[in-house]
Amino acid sequence: MTKVLVVTSGKGGVGKTTSTAALGAALAQSGQSVVVIDFDVGLRNLDLVMGAERRVVYDLINVVQGEAKLAQALIRDKRVETLSLLPASQTRDKDALTEEGVDRVIDELRSKFDWVICDSPAGIERGPTLAMRHADIAVVVTNPEVSSVRDSDRIIGVLDSKTLKAERGERVDKHLLLTRYDPVRAERGEMLKVEDVLEILSIPLIGIIPESDEVLRASNLGTPVTISNPTSAPARAYLDAARRLRGETVEMTIPSDKRGLFNKLFGRRAA
Amino acid sequence: MTDTAISSPSAASGSPAPKSQRPTIRFRGRSFLALMLSPEAPLDIWLEELSSLIDRSPGFFGARAVILDVSNLDLDREGLADLLARLNERRIQVMGIEGAKESWLGPGFPPLVRGGKQVNEVDIPAPREEAPAAAKPRAESAPPAPAPEPANTAHNAAPIAIAEETIRPSLLVDRPVRSGQSIVYPQGDVTIIGSIASGAEVIAGGSIHVYGALRGRALAGCAGHASARIFCGKLEAELVAIDGLYKTAEVLDSQFHGQAVQLWLEGDAIKIAPLN
Repeated sequence: MTKVLVVTSGKGGVGKTTSTAALGAALAQSGQSVVVIDFDVGLRNLDLVMGAERRVVYDLINVVQGEAKLAQALIRDKRVETLSLLPASQTRDKDALTEEGVDRVIDELRSKFDWVICDSPAGIERGPTLAMRHADIAVVVTNPEVSSVRDSDRIIGVLDSKTLKAERGERVDKHLLLTRYDPVRAERGEMLKVEDVLEILSIPLIGIIPESDEVLRASNLGTPVTISNPTSAPARAYLDAARRLRGETVEMTIPSDKRGLFNKLFGRRAA
Repeated sequence: MTDTAISSPSAASGSPAPKSQRPTIRFRGRSFLALMLSPEAPLDIWLEELSSLIDRSPGFFGARAVILDVSNLDLDREGLADLLARLNERRIQVMGIEGAKESWLGPGFPPLVRGGKQVNEVDIPAPREEAPAAAKPRAESAPPAPAPEPANTAHNAAPIAIAEETIRPSLLVDRPVRSGQSIVYPQGDVTIIGSIASGAEVIAGGSIHVYGALRGRALAGCAGHASARIFCGKLEAELVAIDGLYKTAEVLDSQFHGQAVQLWLEGDAIKIAPLN
């Protein structure tokens, strides 16, 4: 049974695209067939983070408008063969996305993949609502910071009203993915703690991704962090989150890159 | 008091229509409490009395919807035009006329209305001591009053008493109210099982009960119900209002922050006490 998952947040820059790539790759690494779709028409990024920017020929808009077949637009990942990407268009704007066209594309993808992961643009307007329209599951990406939390709360409300599931009187399964978390700074009161965010948003937690240089490095390499460095702290956090998405019970931890004094002193030079 | 939305089927999908489609026009019904003026003969004396009322309470008609009932008067078209002009001089804007003949009305006249529902009489400021109170703003801080009823804005001193119904309906919301959501229920009480998030608002004709945290706005007694209260499991509100009188987080007593409290109105003051 195919699951359609939307990665959304309301606020921009909290890690939707990074998380889409990492979760998509993690699910694919576990043997599931996965397609990630970039809904950020006009500001596409997912192709860069996935390292596929030089292989884009056709995109989501071409398929929505019937100018290309789905098979022509899908880009298969070179590292994990069960992972595919449907890129967004950089030259068109979001008005080119039609409801009917998106319906058709998602229906077709449902018959081909185990997971259809939609990378939502920021905001609460047309782009994000089209990205979440077909979702069975939503991963709400939130930073431990008040404005991000409030925007996430807002997007949860939109998920409860503007998705097909909501229109049928059902509810989208919503999960919180807390990104850029630093336990030390949270303890010092410089950022919100996990329990504060959970109390405000009151949706179940799917993972805590620690703040790490590894994430930025992976983005710039064009490789999802779960592929570039699977033993790093953020990669382990994403891999655990993906297992929870598949229904496994995994104890919630905040992975960290603990290094000994020796590594702290010399690790930088060695790297 | 009803608030209904009617829209064409194309809007039912919830997403904005693509450019190529024709735009959807939404119609909303909304009811407001109107003040009924029923002049009596002789008109000169009645108007004189009206002028002295306005002198005592200059803001009394300010933001109110006024319906003119002329059924007690023996008027003709000219007489009605004259009466409207004399009300206009006293800055009373008539939005509808009851009891007039249709043939009297034409362009420039307010429309004919009928079929209003009776509510209790409006308290009129007494000749003497209430005059200063009427001029005093009810709100304790500067921003515009958030009450949805124009008949009950911050600078409006005269409370409108509404008949107590024996059975007041209530609305139960069994999920959190998320940021950006607005729950408007002028008919009665609202009970929220969950929290009201920052940036969300609940507007009720009666009391508001929040079993979780109140982080957004709660406006109780919006239709002029001064005995409405607000109850919450945790007070972190951005704004609370009862019967048009409001307080923002800034002026709420910080000793109650984060506590389970109730808020009610005592005269012109919002009172807070812990729920224990």
